[in-house]
Amino acid sequence: MMAFGPGASVRVKDDWPETRGPCHIRTPHYLRGMRGQVVRRLGEFANPEDLAFGRPAQRRALYHVAFEQPGVWHDGRAGDALLVEIFEHWLEPA
Amino acid sequence: MCEPVDTEPHALTDFDREVDALRQVLSLKGLMTVDELRRGIEAIPEDAYHQLSYYRRWIRSITDTLLRKGVVTEAELRTGLERG
Amino acid sequence: MNILETDGEKLLIALRGLLAEKGIASSAELAERIAITDRASPGQGARMVARAWVDPDFRALMLEDGTRAAEAMGIPMRGAPPLGVLENTPDTHNLVVCTLCSCYPRAVLGYPPFWYKSAAYRARGVRDPRGLIAEWGTVLPDGVHIQVVDSTADFRWMVLPMRPAGTAAWNEERLASIVREGDMIGVTVPAAI
Repeated sequence: MMAFGPGASVRVKDDWPETRGPCHIRTPHYLRGMRGQVVRRLGEFANPEDLAFGRPAQRRALYHVAFEQPGVWHDGRAGDALLVEIFEHWLEPA
Repeated sequence: MCEPVDTEPHALTDFDREVDALRQVLSLKGLMTVDELRRGIEAIPEDAYHQLSYYRRWIRSITDTLLRKGVVTEAELRTGLERG
Repeated sequence: MNILETDGEKLLIALRGLLAEKGIASSAELAERIAITDRASPGQGARMVARAWVDPDFRALMLEDGTRAAEAMGIPMRGAPPLGVLENTPDTHNLVVCTLCSCYPRAVLGYPPFWYKSAAYRARGVRDPRGLIAEWGTVLPDGVHIQVVDSTADFRWMVLPMRPAGTAAWNEERLASIVREGDMIGVTVPAAI
């Protein structure tokens, strides 16, 4: 899995595992498919998607990613931002 | 959902504190993670979800998880409920 | 009837009995957790904020490693999720929310407030942060941007608010006394009262 450095432009995968069966996803719906910028790598943590079902969970890199509000919401104000923890497997280069 | 926020403080009840403590003890004993708690809450049918208070969602999720993992059985729980 | 639909208070009583019988969770263990949890409170966070206001090295530590900063103040953090601290600046105001559930820096601040866990707060925090904080009478000056921090994973976030004007001569204790729970979530800012 690729690593992202601070400042990297990323896109949250436009994927909807919820449509394929029971799951537990910590990537908010409102960010799926959205572009953002990596602020920093927060560390490595066990994948909550597996922990939630009592399955063995691999450690995955967790990133703090910034998104501009107008890109996410129609009435978002320019200059305002969202800062959200996103796991590496939900990010692709943009 | 997009409605005014009730900004008043609401004191926790004994029930709230005990459910919270129970989740902590189960976590410390390695029997249930916060992720399992969240999954169990997300699995609550929508009608029931909106009718239940915060900690009533927790106890429902805790029960669901402990049953699924076989920490307690449904038979044991029914007996316990009958005893009251 | 689906057993999960049983009244929550009855479920708690029955589970407590079963888990005690099985040696999994005794009444004493539950009581101990309640007592430990009750020790955390916004006052702990306020002491951290006041220390950061007077001590630049502590401020730097708090922003770099919130967990270590809390421990340096005598706040037990063993087993707690990592603590992240976001500083408010003259051009950026931070607001913390957990849209997915109610993640909160409990080890420092104690139980989250009722409103923080509400559907309205969780929905509006990310979509309409200015409208939301206006419910507390908070209006940000022109030119100040909002950064909404959605706690989706392992970190728990608190805000380091800006030190209000008119407090230059205050000691730490007096500074801590004006820092409220809401200031460390971002729905309010401290005032020199």
